[in-house]
Amino acid sequence: MNARRVRRRVVNGMMTGLVGVLSFLAVLALVLILGNLVVKGGSSLDWNFFVKNPVPAGESGGGVANAIVGTGIIVGLACLIGLPVGIGAGLYLAEFGSGRLGWIVRFVADVLNGTPSIVVGIFAWTWLVKPMGHFSALAGSVALAILMVPMLARTTEEMVRLVPHSLREAALALGYPRWRTSLRIVARTALAGIVTSSLVGVARIAGGLVLLLAVAARSAIRQGPPHGAAR
Amino acid sequence: MSVVGLADSRTILTPDASPGSPGLRPGSVTATPVIDVRTYSFWYGPTQALFDLTFTIPRRAVTALIGPSGCGKSTFLRSINRLNELIPRTRHTGDILLEGVSVFSRGTDPVALRREVGMVFQQPNPFPKTIFDNVAYGPRLNGLAAEREMPERVERALRRAALWDEVKDRLRAAGTSLSGGQQQRLCIARALANEPEVLLMDEPCSALDPAATQRIEELMVELKQNYSIVIVTHNMQQASRVSDFTGFFYLGRLIEFGDTKQIFTRPSDERTEAYITGRFG
Ligand SMILES: Nc1ncnc2c1ncn2[C@@H]1O[C@H](COP(=O)(O)OP(=O)(O)O)[C@@H](O)[C@H]1O
Ligand SMILES: [Mg+2]
Repeated sequence: MNARRVRRRVVNGMMTGLVGVLSFLAVLALVLILGNLVVKGGSSLDWNFFVKNPVPAGESGGGVANAIVGTGIIVGLACLIGLPVGIGAGLYLAEFGSGRLGWIVRFVADVLNGTPSIVVGIFAWTWLVKPMGHFSALAGSVALAILMVPMLARTTEEMVRLVPHSLREAALALGYPRWRTSLRIVARTALAGIVTSSLVGVARIAGGLVLLLAVAARSAIRQGPPHGAAR
Repeated sequence: MSVVGLADSRTILTPDASPGSPGLRPGSVTATPVIDVRTYSFWYGPTQALFDLTFTIPRRAVTALIGPSGCGKSTFLRSINRLNELIPRTRHTGDILLEGVSVFSRGTDPVALRREVGMVFQQPNPFPKTIFDNVAYGPRLNGLAAEREMPERVERALRRAALWDEVKDRLRAAGTSLSGGQQQRLCIARALANEPEVLLMDEPCSALDPAATQRIEELMVELKQNYSIVIVTHNMQQASRVSDFTGFFYLGRLIEFGDTKQIFTRPSDERTEAYITGRFG
């Protein structure tokens, strides 16, 4: 009886220790990377880094202000285009998307969701950059909006579907037209979820931005800085 | 005029035909029924849910609809305020008249219709908003009252729903923070704030405890002074306690409709008798 209790306690202690060590290992990698960054790079991080533009290679000083502003402009524009379209499409799918058109929209969104961002980048280059003749923040934003819309649509749809049917009925029975029911009750009750998915969407395109900039940057060396993005 | 079959059920509902019925006060505006159902049938896709319903629902009285689950009571209620038409692939034939006007006619705006016909559901479903905003929801939409008249209107609706005394000090609390019975009365207040003529109640007490149920029953008896109430219930005692008229639905058909006392004491159809004595359903 007593021996069993001791054994149980020993096993419990061991397992607790084991998961503790494992979680430490998981965090360790992150700590090492961030630590290294802070220790080695911290000294070069000052106010100038954020407010000054890069200087030619070899010279010291300068900063990444243009990149920060450019990222802000491109992501902001992409949100302006992508958020309404994505959320609107999600509302449509959840509320009216039971027919054939809904099926098609859902299918397209899923395919786009799985498309590598480089493909979207090439698409934007073919249809926007080439006809316009130069790189632009707008082209970049459109590409990023395209990345953003499908995932936003699908997550918005999921969130809206989580709103209890009874609430929808209550609003309809009070005389609310269907579209207002969607907007007021459904979208508002689902608002927290939609905001979360918008943030994830922005995070995703900000990640995609790195790739896009990498592609654009190479040409930019020859063609000059992307119009509007660099200042 | 004691026992009424389906075919001539409409005749009993004129006030002269049933002068002693509790819901019809002499001299009140009972001359015309509030709802007139004419050979109404309804389909969900290929499945017919309602068959040739023909009867009238009297004004300013409580009408109970009883019958086993799945016999179409909810479908009928939701036909009156046209909530059913939001379900894809449904259709109907026949007609339902509210105040003599077809609810399906081109000129009838479903939004205006649902303002005239309030509905209370089985599960209390307050919006995730304050008590005040829940009640003000309908009037705000319908532009029925300026915002400065809203407190008065909200109070009136809450008083009518017998909830005012319990919530007057916490109108800014969430509607969902109330007890189940209070939530249901809040939903009734929300419906009443639109000042409808008809109140549809689909099993409004089946999620409530006996005390809360009793409050709602008392409330219904009070409300019929000003509203025409149609209630679906599975509780036979409830139907006999609160209603003036009773309709028995079975497999999508209206088997019998008449004075509640008569339906419960001398039903003319053996299926009605079997159901109210608990032999099936
Ligand atoms: N949305 C729906 N789609 C298809 N069939 C339905 C739907 N709602 C109800 N039904 C069917 O219609 C019949 C009547 O249902 P209902 O009106 O809910 O009955 P009750 O309220 O009397 O229990 C049932 O057979 C039910 O399965
Ligand atoms: Mg039902």
